[in-house]
Amino acid sequence: MIGLSASIRRTRALIRKESLQIRRDPSSIIIGIVLPTMLILLFGYGLSLDVRRVPVALDLEAPSPLVTSLISGFRLSPYFEPVAVTDMQAAEQLMARRAVDGIVRVRDNYPRQNAFGLGKVQLIVHGVDANRARIIEAYAGAVLGAWAAQRQAEGYPAEIGPVIIQDRLWFNAANDSHYFLVPGLIVLVMTLIGAFLTTMVVAREWERGTLEALFVTPVRVAEILLGKTVPYFAMGLVGLGLCVLAARVMFQVPFRGSLLLLGVSSILYLLIALGIGLLISSAVRSQFVASQLTLVITFLPAMMLSGFLFDIRSMPKAVQLLTYLLPARYFVALLQTLFLAGNIWSVVVPDLAVLAAMVIGLAALSWVITRKSLA
Amino acid sequence: MTEIVGSLLRVLSLIRKELLAILKDPKSRASVIVPPILQCLIFGYAASYDLNHVPFAVIDQDRSFASHQLIAHFDGSPVFTQVATLSDPRKLAAMINSRQVLLALDIQDGFARQLAMGQTASVQIIADGRDSNTAEVATSYAAAIINGFNAQWRQDHGLPASQPLVVTRAWFNPNLQTRWSMIPGLIGTITLIQTMMLAAMSVAREREQGTFDQLLVTPIRPVEIMIGKAIPAMLVGIFQATNILLVAQLWFRIPFAGSFAILYMGLILFVLAAVGLGIFLSSIAMTMQQAMLYGMVVIMPATLLSGLSTPISNMPQSLQLVTYANPLRYAIQIAQRVYLEGVGVSELLPYLWPMAVIAMVTLSIATWMFRHRVA
Amino acid sequence: MTTAPAVIRANAVTKRLRQRHAPPVLALDQISLSIPQGVLAALVGPDGAGKTTLLRLLAGLLPPDEGELFVLGIDVAHDPQRVQDAVAYMPQRFGLYEDLTVKENLDLYADLHGVTAAARGQRYPSLLEMTALAPFLGRLAGQLSGGMKQKLGLACALIQSPQLLLLDEPTAGVDPLSRHELWQIITKLSTEGTSALIATSYLDEAERCQQAIVLRDGKVLAQSPPRNIADRARNLVVLHEPMRDETARDLQARLLDTDDVIDAVPQGGRVRTICRTSQPSALAPSFEDGFMTLLAGAPRARVSRTPSPPVTRRDEVSVEVRDLVRRFGDFVAVDHLSFSVKRGEVYGLLGPNGAGKSTTFRMLCGLLPATSGTLLVAGEDLRRTPASARRNIGYMAQRFSLYPQLSVLENLAFFAGIYGLKAHLRRDRIQWALEEFELAPVRTQQSGMLPGGLKQRLAMAVALLHEPPLLFLDEPTSGADPLARRDFWRRITVLAQGGVTTVITTHFMEEAEYCDRLAILDAGRLLAEGTPAQIRDANIQKEGSTMEDAFIAIVEHARAKAQGP
Repeated sequence: MIGLSASIRRTRALIRKESLQIRRDPSSIIIGIVLPTMLILLFGYGLSLDVRRVPVALDLEAPSPLVTSLISGFRLSPYFEPVAVTDMQAAEQLMARRAVDGIVRVRDNYPRQNAFGLGKVQLIVHGVDANRARIIEAYAGAVLGAWAAQRQAEGYPAEIGPVIIQDRLWFNAANDSHYFLVPGLIVLVMTLIGAFLTTMVVAREWERGTLEALFVTPVRVAEILLGKTVPYFAMGLVGLGLCVLAARVMFQVPFRGSLLLLGVSSILYLLIALGIGLLISSAVRSQFVASQLTLVITFLPAMMLSGFLFDIRSMPKAVQLLTYLLPARYFVALLQTLFLAGNIWSVVVPDLAVLAAMVIGLAALSWVITRKSLA
Repeated sequence: MTEIVGSLLRVLSLIRKELLAILKDPKSRASVIVPPILQCLIFGYAASYDLNHVPFAVIDQDRSFASHQLIAHFDGSPVFTQVATLSDPRKLAAMINSRQVLLALDIQDGFARQLAMGQTASVQIIADGRDSNTAEVATSYAAAIINGFNAQWRQDHGLPASQPLVVTRAWFNPNLQTRWSMIPGLIGTITLIQTMMLAAMSVAREREQGTFDQLLVTPIRPVEIMIGKAIPAMLVGIFQATNILLVAQLWFRIPFAGSFAILYMGLILFVLAAVGLGIFLSSIAMTMQQAMLYGMVVIMPATLLSGLSTPISNMPQSLQLVTYANPLRYAIQIAQRVYLEGVGVSELLPYLWPMAVIAMVTLSIATWMFRHRVA
Repeated sequence: MTTAPAVIRANAVTKRLRQRHAPPVLALDQISLSIPQGVLAALVGPDGAGKTTLLRLLAGLLPPDEGELFVLGIDVAHDPQRVQDAVAYMPQRFGLYEDLTVKENLDLYADLHGVTAAARGQRYPSLLEMTALAPFLGRLAGQLSGGMKQKLGLACALIQSPQLLLLDEPTAGVDPLSRHELWQIITKLSTEGTSALIATSYLDEAERCQQAIVLRDGKVLAQSPPRNIADRARNLVVLHEPMRDETARDLQARLLDTDDVIDAVPQGGRVRTICRTSQPSALAPSFEDGFMTLLAGAPRARVSRTPSPPVTRRDEVSVEVRDLVRRFGDFVAVDHLSFSVKRGEVYGLLGPNGAGKSTTFRMLCGLLPATSGTLLVAGEDLRRTPASARRNIGYMAQRFSLYPQLSVLENLAFFAGIYGLKAHLRRDRIQWALEEFELAPVRTQQSGMLPGGLKQRLAMAVALLHEPPLLFLDEPTSGADPLARRDFWRRITVLAQGGVTTVITTHFMEEAEYCDRLAILDAGRLLAEGTPAQIRDANIQKEGSTMEDAFIAIVEHARAKAQGP
């Protein structure tokens, strides 16, 4: 009993020390506050994969009422911003300068061919941004399809089909890329605070030799680990709060799941990130090397391989297998589901289980590896 | 004259020492070569908006020859993999929720009948919008498959020959593969991260180890230090860019449309700007830790606002202005345009001079700082 | 004393340290020793003797490979935590949290040691009084001077009235005043019954202990009261008077070159010499004499006697400082300092930590602009003249500041290139450096991995590579063992004979004896200047007092005056 209260007092002292250091060290402020805020703002305002108001050149070789009605869809669509050009050469020049991302060309023989049911509209897209080009292509098809359907309804012979698509986007009817970027943002911020910051501070203690003096006191290994974890854990939760607030208030991303589940999964992920940070820094006792390693092991994969930016299912098998080792993969799936879909137990339960298993594994590993020894 | 020779000798000594410091240790030699190639490979495979093996479900409420034919078209595509056939549309929700399928093809009762009557039949495509970009792309693939089905149907049923409304042609990237745009973009991105960090660390490391003072009491001048620091980092940067270029050509086999001389001219200017930024950070940082943090504070927005992962034109005006100070923005444009479009020098001028300005400004400030911030 | 139980008992303890890219080093080789309770014991020996490893083993930070080790009757290898609960340990670089205040550091360690609030009420005032840290409770530890940091480290270690103190070079790099104060604290604790084992490179500190343990190459050479070790030089120590026109330094160098001399050091204008054979009318030996005799077998550096530039007129002024002021914000680091150094002189700048020595050095080398005043080095202000003027100086910074990842040879080649040495000259000078400083056997080794003594030699070789007429050496011997310091000063003697001007700072007051003239600084002001004899004689009356006594007297007198009306 006396042992327990002494242990609590020691842990509390370590936590207080760590909190004071966080407040006074500019680097923890940069990693804990400046970088997350920057990420939130950049993700919220800077990044968007939405294709809206795409500049396209309209090259109508022989304007006529038919062509005008054909093209009206482009003028009305929120997705396009047409620029009229006089000839193809002008259009190609605009495209070469990337002043436009595509050219819609209606040849002078269009009305005649259309009468035979052979009318074609040419769409030339700039392929350098392949993703954007493909979406532009799909939108152009949709605009023209809508026009054809309209014509058909007005009694002109069927020129389309016979099968047409009605598409529906579940969970994100507004087709807003913030919806999937923001959960990704939370992952990055938590990784930054959990793994990166912890690595820096623990490696700093090794580097400055402060641990050597600390070791020769009644303090126990578990107390040192706890004293390091708790403050950064709290900081991570603040980061999470900021991100969720930004998601709801600034970017109006819906939240359809339960806050409790969000809390549980974030806590698990944060613990994993902290665990990885602690392990890396006690394995590599130099601040510089440790933080580089953390960047490569946690931050880059969280960005590129967690599935928030790029679809995991389309990656090669080997890379897919690699992603199963990444805690970020499970956290991203949880976040996207909780934000946009709700408490889908078939996602939540297995992913939480994996995260929990990782927490236990890492805790056990840190316990075994961290010794009060300089060897 | 002897003064110039002396100056040259000092710069050469410094360059030699810097290269020795980077390349002598096998570990640091490997760290210059392996990570860029590895990143290029992983990102080349993983960082793609292209889809394949998209799991989808079929709800065939029609169960007709026509519906089977349509489904066969989907099954024949490498993009889609059918993982379920549902008889009950209500079961779909669970499958999408749990991420078992990304997309569902819903063929309603009466599909074949409508087709047989020469009417237009519609099918419903339902996509998981948690990742709106992936959903968008998957839907556009589905549309292309249905177009193919339509053409086949018309041909088989003696209808006027297939007549897609839109004929699309993509410039520079005929199959619209993300990889084609991503990998040339990575030449700039990966080179920036590595060379800027290298340059940022180089002076900070000397400060931390106390060697900077030792250097400053020798006859070497600040300008000479700067040149001696910049050139090795630039050489390493060009070397890394070359490695990535080789991976792009030999491994991913992306055809190179432009001139190597022009590409390298752009790259040299770019690494100069990157090294300038790095040395500038180095001149304001007192420790390696600070240099690294400042580096992160610069690299994060630089990569996110480079236009590689999301288009610059989607950003708000104010952020678009910020991107003009981002050398990576120009490097990506240069790499993509020279690589894929094969543009000449005149087209690149608008990208070249801003980088020259960035290099000049950062390097002059850094030189001044070397002399005046030694406290 | 023999009846007292042992607080430390080692029985054939062996420890090998693993190294990266190298075979393990035998740090401790079958060590057996025993320290009785209540004894103040010193651990001395050259660099790399195994002092730090032994202390770490005792603190339970490293397990022994072989043998038994008992601390306070506890088997350390078996139950390190129980030892750590009871001992106070102060590593070489005490791990103060630099961004916590003095009070916060104390509180942290009080909490960790479970010191109750009531106990703190009693303990703090006495600790603060002992360490004189009371006025600085709210100051960040990172902003304390070196001496105050060491005192705070000691206070943190002492917070729980430990049964045993383990201190690893607590006074390295600390000025004589702070050192004096630290020892007052240690002595006081010892009289109160605390046992202690203190590693140190100051031999006069060992003399204050009841026991001295001499380690070399991981073996115990001797363990006995310091008196007994001093006795090894009984009848061997004499004082030699230099000839006219000869400095004590030159005489020392001459004596060291003779075969029947074990050791010689300048002392009060004469040279204290330990001979190999019994001498009539010998002096009472000191611990240092005994220590040097004990280590007499150690190889000594060969110093080439062929100085490069010939001696010219001695009255030519090399360094001229007039009314030099440097402010950092409100803080005046250097306050109207004036002195001048003549060609071929060895000029010592002494002063407590924070006296402004390093700041003055940095200004002399052109690393820092002066706020006001005149600075002339070889007739030029290094901040204003072309960079080539810096070819005139050689600089050795306080801590090792060469490229650690480059090899010895690469470092030399780099600086030869930077100094613009041309092909054959470059080869000759590098060859000279490798031979003169005996670096040839380690030429291809990474310089960062070299032991401290070799690093110091390499740094000096680099500073001398371009044969500068002027040398600025900032605490070049800090942390060096007594043998390495002897070798270092012999080189300086040779250089001075060749007309090289040397400005040097040091915390070893006996090294002041090597200087032609000294300046004593405190708080940026010049307190005293003159030859060692002048300074000593003008400030102390008592016979047999040392340079250190004079130094402390001067600084304390000036401080008392500053605090007075």
